[in-house]
Amino acid sequence: MTVQNQQAVARYRNDFLREVEERVEDGEWVKMCMQCGVCAGSCPLGNAWQHTPQKLFMMIRAGKREEVLTSDAMWMCTSCYNCIVRCPRKLPITHIMHGLANYAHRLNIAPKGQPTREVAKLFWNNLAKTGRVNELKFSLAMYFKDGFVQGIKNAMAMQSVGLGLVKAKRLNPMELFGGHKCKDTGSFNKMIAKAREIEDRKKGFTS
Amino acid sequence: MAEMKTAAYICSGCELGDKLDVAQLTKIAQKEGKMALVREHAFLCNEEGVQMIRDDIEKEAVTHICIAACSRRAKTEAFNFPTVAMSRANLREGVIWVIAEGEQHDEVRQEMANDYVRMGCAEIKKMILPQGNPNHAHNKRLLVVGGGMSGMTSALEAAEAGYDIVIVEKEAQLGGWAAKLWKRVPFKQPFAEPQDTGLTELAAKVSAHPRITVHLSSTVAETSGAPGRFSVQVKGAAGITTEEVGGIVQATGFTTYDLNKLPELGGGKANVVDQAGLEALARSANGATIKRADGKEVKSVVFVQCAGQRDETGTHLAYCSGHCCATSVKQAMYFKDANPQVDTVVMFTDLRLPGMGEDFYRSAQQKGVIFTKGKASAVEASGDGCEVKFRDLILDEDTSLNADLVVLATGQVPNAGVNLEAWNPIVTAAEGGSDEAKQQKIEMQKTSVLNLNYRQGPDMPQLKQGFADSHFICFPYETRRTGIYAAGPVRRPMDMLQATEDATGAALKAIQAVENASIGRAAHPRSGDLSFPTARLEGCTQCKRCTVECPFGAIDEDERRFPVFNESRCRRCGTCMGACPVRVISFENYSVDTVGMQIKAVDMPDEFSERPRILILACENDAYPALDMAGLQHHLYSAFVRAIPVRCLGSVNTIWITDALNSGYDGVMLMGCKHGDNYQCHFVKGSELANYRMSKIDDTLKQLGLEKERVITHEVAITDNARVAKLINEYVEKINEIGMSPMKGFN
Repeated sequence: MTVQNQQAVARYRNDFLREVEERVEDGEWVKMCMQCGVCAGSCPLGNAWQHTPQKLFMMIRAGKREEVLTSDAMWMCTSCYNCIVRCPRKLPITHIMHGLANYAHRLNIAPKGQPTREVAKLFWNNLAKTGRVNELKFSLAMYFKDGFVQGIKNAMAMQSVGLGLVKAKRLNPMELFGGHKCKDTGSFNKMIAKAREIEDRKKGFTS
Repeated sequence: MAEMKTAAYICSGCELGDKLDVAQLTKIAQKEGKMALVREHAFLCNEEGVQMIRDDIEKEAVTHICIAACSRRAKTEAFNFPTVAMSRANLREGVIWVIAEGEQHDEVRQEMANDYVRMGCAEIKKMILPQGNPNHAHNKRLLVVGGGMSGMTSALEAAEAGYDIVIVEKEAQLGGWAAKLWKRVPFKQPFAEPQDTGLTELAAKVSAHPRITVHLSSTVAETSGAPGRFSVQVKGAAGITTEEVGGIVQATGFTTYDLNKLPELGGGKANVVDQAGLEALARSANGATIKRADGKEVKSVVFVQCAGQRDETGTHLAYCSGHCCATSVKQAMYFKDANPQVDTVVMFTDLRLPGMGEDFYRSAQQKGVIFTKGKASAVEASGDGCEVKFRDLILDEDTSLNADLVVLATGQVPNAGVNLEAWNPIVTAAEGGSDEAKQQKIEMQKTSVLNLNYRQGPDMPQLKQGFADSHFICFPYETRRTGIYAAGPVRRPMDMLQATEDATGAALKAIQAVENASIGRAAHPRSGDLSFPTARLEGCTQCKRCTVECPFGAIDEDERRFPVFNESRCRRCGTCMGACPVRVISFENYSVDTVGMQIKAVDMPDEFSERPRILILACENDAYPALDMAGLQHHLYSAFVRAIPVRCLGSVNTIWITDALNSGYDGVMLMGCKHGDNYQCHFVKGSELANYRMSKIDDTLKQLGLEKERVITHEVAITDNARVAKLINEYVEKINEIGMSPMKGFN
């Protein structure tokens, strides 16, 4: 169990609903769910998930912390917003899904290797360095995420597309060496650190 | 009464003149109908036409009129002549609108119209202008039995409307259940917080009202009489007082379902209470944190909804009491408002918060009350509290919750008194000499609320599950004892807000009843009807069928077992007339003869004419309007039928059917309202009784040597316009298959 997770468990003991309310984005809405199941019925991918939003909310209320935070369900949300549009209680369900995913990720108990989570991590790490998305590096990171050999195979398969992009001047190979940045990377990094600090304080994270 | 002078008026408007030979109709009214005066008019319902009739009534001393024009349900404002008896021959909706156009149908269409004119003339000669009930009484005071929320509301509403009220309350103070509540479910904007009951103020207002007399610690020892002249023995601590009243509102409320009947849900165990028990705890906490009976502060509480309710096994209450979801939400708020840290879980299978209850529900969610969709299977003692075992219906798993206190949402059991369906067999057995039954009868009588001295038993008939209701949807405020109206949870399960509304409605119905009684008129559904049943007692065989079958218990028996009619209790359905085997019961304007003569007036073609005649006896409440509307919508049907409206199928005397078959009719169709559990009969039991009687008609048919298909009964709703035409056509086909009746030509 991660340190953050241990701290959270100690702090909220059995009251997982309160934990969600205080620490998950839009989590205060969970208590307002009336279990009608319209979200579950509206989700285009609902039957591909481990749990529907309706079930997740019920599990939160029933205190099923482990099951909720390790579920893959909220990672599978494609943000189609069908559930938000249809929820008779006006719950921002899509946002809650992302909030739960983010929280599980912060506690580091989200499912390992979950593709959405992996892509999100790569994207964030790429962006947070320079304040700009380096598309070349991001693509390469995606190719090589499953190891070197798989990476070479992926790169070979995409070779013609890559060369085409270079020819059409949509891809600059020189980006591999540093690449473009925002004007003041130092300040950008400070900004990100400050935002994190504020959020941690608001949500009661100690580290 | 002045000498009878008859007149017939034949209208040729609305295309009647184009499609029918009016001169022929006139001739029939004169020659066969033997009307003293026959007039034609091109537009009878216009001012000139109506004036013509009025002039005849005034100058020619006409006393009985037959109007041959449109249906009796049309143009009632134009054809309103209260000083003469009137019949209506239905030539428009009943003939020209439903019989196919074209020359090839001219003959049968004319035959049908001729018959309706003959029938109208035959009927009017047997009618007498109703004079109103001579035994009407004028007492307009109202008795309210029960001094709870419903009773006090009824009393206050009626008192404010200017009527004197007597309240009888069995407890030593007013208030009933409502007075035992800490707070009530909100009934005002924003429907978010429990509100004060306001009961103290209401009780004070009732006690101080100059028009209201209150008997506390009292019960009703005996009720006799009829609307306008009830005599009520009120038994109090100081003895018996007699109160004379005109109408009664029974607002005797409910008892909570016995907790001890729910041992599997912890009923009877420590730390398990029902909602009433929790109200008591909340009252003693007085706004502070609620403590259990053993003095421990409650940190966690589970509300188990539908405890012993909506039970499909037949062990407990089969119904939903309606108020308990909102009540549990309110009670959960008691805890949350005193201390937001208390864990409150409401365990439901379906959360039912009608009306503005949805806002209240949302408010409870905001406060952090947890709602769990689950079905509790057991409540067991565990540690210092209880463990609730349940099936989580969303997560689909068996699980459990621990709580300091468990509240069971048990249901409402009506205080409706004696169940007459159980009572009547015991009375019969007791009259047969059974000592055991006699003892049972005495025990049962002790549970009676009204102690009516009616022939049919001491309380109001119960509809379903013991509630004193008569019809949920069509006539919510009607009961089957005229002048006595049920209000509040004794009528159907309900909450305080609904009870307030219900009580106001019942007060208005009671006022209407005493006002109608004071001028000798009928109450719903024939309100305003001045006719009433009379019996030729010298012909009566004391068979008791009328006294047993009257759906409204209007008929008592005297010492010699002759029927005693209480006209003010009567709803004028004629069920007694239909029941009477010796046909001694009649109304002034509706009798065995008024219908019988119509049946006989029809011209009967011979067996070889290939023109069958089919009699339709149609209930005037639903079936006859459906026939009219079939006409309005031009759903065509056969010209071989002759329809006669009856007050209720219950009023159909089997002699009409025998007479019809004897005189050569090829078939008889009875059209009445739906009977049985979801009945639609306006007189509750009429169509059911008719159905029962018709089930015995097969023997008669056999005796006559006729096929059993010659008499059929249909349930017809007012909306069955197209269906009714289809039924007729199918039946005519059927009769053609069977062949003509061999009975023609004997009379």
